[in-house]
Amino acid sequence: MTDLPRQAPDRQLGLVIDLDICVGCHACAVNCKEWNAGGHSAPMTDWNAYGGAANDDGLDDGAWGVWFNRIHAYEAGEGADSRTVYFPRSCLHCEDAKCVTVCPTGASYKRASDGIVLVDADLCIGCKLCSWACPYGAREYDASDGVMKKCTLCVDRIYNENLPAAERVPACVSTCPAGARHYGDLGDPTSEVSLLVAARGGYDLMPEMGYRPTNKYLPPRPRQAAAVDALPAPAEAGSAPGGLLAWVDAVLSR
Amino acid sequence: MHPALSVIVFTTTSGAGYGLLAWLGLAHASGLLAVDGPLGWIALALSFVLITAGLLTSTFHLGHPERAWRALSQWRSSWLSREGVLAVVTYAPMVALAAAWWTRDSGGWSVAAGYLAALLAIATVASTAMIYASLPTIPQWATGWTLPVYLTLAAMTGALWLAVLVHFFAAPSVLVYDIAMATVIAAGLAKLAYWRAIDRRPATSDRASATGLGDLGTVRVLEQPTTSQTFVMREMGFQVARKHSDRLRKVTLVVGFLLPLIALAAALAADHALLGGGLIVLAAIAGSLGTFTERWLFFAEAKHVSMLYH
Repeated sequence: MTDLPRQAPDRQLGLVIDLDICVGCHACAVNCKEWNAGGHSAPMTDWNAYGGAANDDGLDDGAWGVWFNRIHAYEAGEGADSRTVYFPRSCLHCEDAKCVTVCPTGASYKRASDGIVLVDADLCIGCKLCSWACPYGAREYDASDGVMKKCTLCVDRIYNENLPAAERVPACVSTCPAGARHYGDLGDPTSEVSLLVAARGGYDLMPEMGYRPTNKYLPPRPRQAAAVDALPAPAEAGSAPGGLLAWVDAVLSR
Repeated sequence: MHPALSVIVFTTTSGAGYGLLAWLGLAHASGLLAVDGPLGWIALALSFVLITAGLLTSTFHLGHPERAWRALSQWRSSWLSREGVLAVVTYAPMVALAAAWWTRDSGGWSVAAGYLAALLAIATVASTAMIYASLPTIPQWATGWTLPVYLTLAAMTGALWLAVLVHFFAAPSVLVYDIAMATVIAAGLAKLAYWRAIDRRPATSDRASATGLGDLGTVRVLEQPTTSQTFVMREMGFQVARKHSDRLRKVTLVVGFLLPLIALAAALAADHALLGGGLIVLAAIAGSLGTFTERWLFFAEAKHVSMLYH
């Protein structure tokens, strides 16, 4: 049923991503692929996995495939004040998830018990309309399976009693070496993640779209003045090297 | 947005079919045009073929066409599902119209069937338009002009092909020419208003709101998430036709609206049956080609907000 739950779900399970800490290592995306290639929405098909061959649609002959988590890198600001920010992007399990309501078959649904948005691969007709309805580009179509796939919040891990309790978190969270990803109930204002969001000024992506995403992002912390002052001065444009160094420079510059 | 050929063929072909059906139903119900002769049968058959071919084509872009029937289930929330349900239901008054002509019974029920055919045809085209108009993720589609453009273009192509059939299979009717010209003008004006609206509309989102990093200054892409492409980049990032959009807009205006208008006016003035017939066929073909270009542009000019991340 593609109607959204009438009442707000009892729990709003989701992620909090700390952009101050993320180092852009892609480990979360890789472990996501690793777990989910055998999980609820398996397989996560790759095309032209070793490159070189022309793709059917002639668009691009590189390797590409289905991923639930994509790691972007942005630069913000100018000059010495600019910041490099690594930015993981995945399904935000929105409260007002239009990807669910536009689905003509009932394949897309939002669970009333915990707010997770899932796709029933047995019902999906592969019309791709849900991907059009998602502002966050979170859904990816699997051309081999002919169905739409997306982040499941590792629904097959977080309730999995065959795993030790400590591992019952999404694969991306369990693997993040920097501790930039947090998982919990964002519908409970007293939960650890909700307190973290409140303390750090966590925010919604594209709030103007009105989708009310569950996942929150924590902004990079302001740069500390002492740390900025300690930065070495930019290197002077030195005099041109002569002799052997000039020869090395010329060879390496070829 | 990447223009899926099957969707463009579907919306233009079935649009013409539903337009033709709507005019046919109104003609029958109002009695302003005698359609219970050969004209009615041929027009009904043509609209049936256009609608059915379009609907079948629309399943070509599905990953699982054999499950297409499942799309009839979620009419409470999904415009795509509503479109499917209405498309199926619309066949009922088509059968009723055929039955009325077959039994030569022009009773009240056949008048009701005519109005119902028109109503359902309009509702089906409207729900097609609402699939696009209800997506806030694509500002060029989420405008008040998307619905009028789809409705007037369906009315226009339907009226142009009805005029062709009237010329060859029925007594001359100035009314049909007048209606066809009025719909060409209405569709042309609606499309101009649509372009004006999307050109003037300020962006609803930008990279600052997409990333939430606007406080740090201008946000620039440093690295894409992959050295290749993602599904989203392929599906939403189509740019081939966008750089030609000015030229394609002119093609749409000239071929889709101006040429049919001139050909219709000339056909009205022409005192020669064959010349008039040639001109009206030209008007219908030009209007249909123009609508196809318009639909291609509708996709190519649409920018999905998820591309702000790339």
